[in-house]
Amino acid sequence: MTTANEVVNGTASPAPKVSYASDQEVRWCPGCGDYSILKQVESVLVQQGKPKEDIVFISGIGCSSRFPYYLDTYGLHGIHGRAPAIASGLRSVRPDLSVWMITGDGDALSIGGNHIIHLLRRNVDLNVLLFNNEIYGLTKGQYSPTSPEGAITRSTPMGSVDHPFNPLALCKGADATFIARSMDRDVKHLREMLLRADAHRGTSLLEIYQNCNVFNDGAFEVFTEKATKAANTLFVEHGKPLVFAGGTKGIRLDGMTPVIADLTDGTHTSDDLWIHDERDSFKASLLVRLFDDPRKEGALPRPFGVFYVNDRHTHETKLNAQMALAKQQKGEGDLDALLRGEQVWTIG
Amino acid sequence: MDIPSPPARTFAALFPMTTATPVKIVEQREQVVILFAGDSGDGIQLTGSQFTENNALFGNDVSTFPNFPAEIRAPQGTLAGVSGFQLHFGSVELYTPGDHCDVLVVMNAAALRANLGKLKQGGTIIANSDGFDAKNLRLAGYVDVENPLTDGSLENHTVHAIDITKMTRNALADTTLGMKEKDRCKNMFVLGFINWMYSRSLARTEKFIAKKFAKRPDLLDANLKTLLAGYNYGDTSETFTTRFEVKPAPMAPGTYRNITGNQGTALGLVAAARKAGLDLFYGSYPITPASDILHELSRHKNFGVKTFQAEDEIAAISSAIGASYGGALGVTASSGPGIALKAEAMGLAVMLEIPLVIVNVQRGGPSTGLPTKTEQADLWQAVFGRNGEAPIPVVAASSPTDCFEMVYEAARIAVEHMTPVIFLSDGYIANGAEPWRFPQAKDLTPIVPPFATPRTDDASPFLPYARDAKGVRPWALPGMKGLQHRIGGIEKQDGTGNISYDPKNHELMVRLRAEKVRRIVDGLPPLDLSHGPASGDLLILGWGSTFGAIRTATLELLEDGHSVGHLHLRHLFPFHAELGAVLKRFKRVLIPEMNSGQLRQLVRAEYLVDAQGLNKVQGLPFASAEILAKAEELLATLTPDHA
Repeated sequence: MTTANEVVNGTASPAPKVSYASDQEVRWCPGCGDYSILKQVESVLVQQGKPKEDIVFISGIGCSSRFPYYLDTYGLHGIHGRAPAIASGLRSVRPDLSVWMITGDGDALSIGGNHIIHLLRRNVDLNVLLFNNEIYGLTKGQYSPTSPEGAITRSTPMGSVDHPFNPLALCKGADATFIARSMDRDVKHLREMLLRADAHRGTSLLEIYQNCNVFNDGAFEVFTEKATKAANTLFVEHGKPLVFAGGTKGIRLDGMTPVIADLTDGTHTSDDLWIHDERDSFKASLLVRLFDDPRKEGALPRPFGVFYVNDRHTHETKLNAQMALAKQQKGEGDLDALLRGEQVWTIG
Repeated sequence: MDIPSPPARTFAALFPMTTATPVKIVEQREQVVILFAGDSGDGIQLTGSQFTENNALFGNDVSTFPNFPAEIRAPQGTLAGVSGFQLHFGSVELYTPGDHCDVLVVMNAAALRANLGKLKQGGTIIANSDGFDAKNLRLAGYVDVENPLTDGSLENHTVHAIDITKMTRNALADTTLGMKEKDRCKNMFVLGFINWMYSRSLARTEKFIAKKFAKRPDLLDANLKTLLAGYNYGDTSETFTTRFEVKPAPMAPGTYRNITGNQGTALGLVAAARKAGLDLFYGSYPITPASDILHELSRHKNFGVKTFQAEDEIAAISSAIGASYGGALGVTASSGPGIALKAEAMGLAVMLEIPLVIVNVQRGGPSTGLPTKTEQADLWQAVFGRNGEAPIPVVAASSPTDCFEMVYEAARIAVEHMTPVIFLSDGYIANGAEPWRFPQAKDLTPIVPPFATPRTDDASPFLPYARDAKGVRPWALPGMKGLQHRIGGIEKQDGTGNISYDPKNHELMVRLRAEKVRRIVDGLPPLDLSHGPASGDLLILGWGSTFGAIRTATLELLEDGHSVGHLHLRHLFPFHAELGAVLKRFKRVLIPEMNSGQLRQLVRAEYLVDAQGLNKVQGLPFASAEILAKAEELLATLTPDHA
């Protein structure tokens, strides 16, 4: 059996060198975080070496949703917010395919909010890459459902009055079976998360912090820039204590409350810290709540990595089991018997 | 005479006082219309549909019209809560559930008050007298609580007041059921009595009850007892001296079953998918009156039918688009309000050029409108209801059995022409039933999907929008080697399908998509003007569920010597190539519609013909007499007096 680790390290597949890029010119703004994500996805596809014709990318609307055009796989650029439904229909009839869904914060959490929660509850087997840039880019700079309160945008000149979604808490609330976060600037981590997401059976929800250098430049720089990254980010790993700031700090649980523990002043050691367990649903519900505004004094660091994994059955496995059971119980459908029904009479 | 004898059961135990069965006269009837009416919890729909099945199995032609309130259990005894089931059965060919009824069966005062206007002069009323107590009379709004059964106001009719409640309770006296459960068997008494009255055997109904209550022996026993009590009441009561017989209809030879429009739609979809060699995927969100299609299809998983109850109407159609993209026959269904929500996704399917069937079981609109009532006011929505130039073929069914044929036709067009297709049904035919001489699977038109051929060499790019002679693009499914391509809702370059903002290309693609849809009618069989002359004074042009009323009126007009033709359109967009020529062969054109004139406007715009309308927007189907009257009025304008 292939372990997640083997998949991540690429030891499980021979990976013939084929290009997965399409012949189309990539047309995101120069400097957009999307380029980095495209590159890592392509690289993962190359490493895995699955036949191109067995891979489908489905997207909604937004800058990120142009993604399918740039890969030489099957691709469907859908309508705003509806990619989860399109992908669900596809997976229901084609469980043999590898399906990826590309979406953004507006596409997935605003216009498509209803579909994303139902996708997660059904646990359709596909990889969702949620490009979160906390802004509407394609419509030129309105605030999004993940923009922070007070965000000054073209539609909120005096600052947004709306409270933003915490995307991963929302997904946890919808009983997602795979929840992870990464960022466009940390390509090694992003690559690792893509492989983990693809290895999971069920809906893998990977939120990717993505910089929109035109309308919301630097939204995540506190997490991505060298000077501030260590102090504000927490890279979680299964079975390991939650440490950050170059190993000088950690997170421990004070009852049900996560607090920062200083590992340098002798008060705490790594034995006191919260040990990350991807399989612990209750702890994952707490972990997704580490969502402090990093500008706030004493803010908890923002976690990255795989928050939660659960092996619940997928929509299509149960559906196909019912299909098989129906055929077993009633036999392969006989159209003439169906048309005839139960009660007939003959004339002449 | 073939009168089934009453089943030999515990007759004496039920009616110990009875000593002899009075002799009854049997009278022949050519056709009968019965309207069962009562509270929406009275089991009226079950009574009606069971008696329908019995008559159909006997060989009568039947046509039904279930009519019920939107509320599941509206306040008991009120006019708002009245549920009705009208059945027309006969020894002659029938096209409608009948304009007026011969027999009105009412379970309470409200049911009488709501339906008395539908009873013919001299018709028969069978009333549950227990439903006419002071409380029921007050709830039904009878002034001064005057009982119509006894105050002489019904003297033009024959009234049989029977205390059905009491009779039912008596029949169940020795059971352990509570009073409420006993009273719920009342409809069985009615069913038993009506079967007696029309000389029908109870055997089939008993079989049905046995199956329905297989897990509740006490209810099974109670329902059978009450059914029999009703039958025997007719036989023994001296009030009823006459029973009736309606001989089998001279229907075309063959094997028949009874079917509702929604069943027909479901079976048509299964059959089309099977004949096309595709799995059927049905994405749907529950809505009246379309939900029964979902219920029916969800039972047929062994036919490779996958049903998906989506989170909303948009997800329903989007999931069907995803399934079609994967190589299944994607279908979604709804009624007007839900169809409105699907509009954007329909546009996507137009751009993707993939097969998709969109079923609209129309109901009264706009907005929530009249959920349980019928209307044909979504024709414009079907033809025009999308942004941009998004032509979608539209077909419509004219009767319950035609739902099978036309949804099959919709699927054929969708698959063979790579396009979304809208199939219009409505609440009237969706819930109505008629006998169906069902086809053999082998005789159904083959459906051939235009699959692309996988390639081993993918040096040159695959062209997903290269078209064949019909303007149809190839269907390349994920998993097919060497055919990887990207499609989407943004305008695409001719041939490659890549994004293109080129102005000339956009116009070309708009025209190519329109031309593809236009060519669908090229291969259609000739227009069917099966009754009346090929040219003449008046053409009655119809579409959808008005078929039966128009056909009935046309036959009467022809019998009266008028020069009248009836043409019923099955393809509403694009129109049949011969339509313009047919319209011009008649001096007058009448278009009856259950809307304010939607087909009329399309026909006038397309053919510059001065078509006249007969428009009814009441949530109710036409009576054939209404069409007859309007036709006579138009014909009168052609007489020498008017010339």
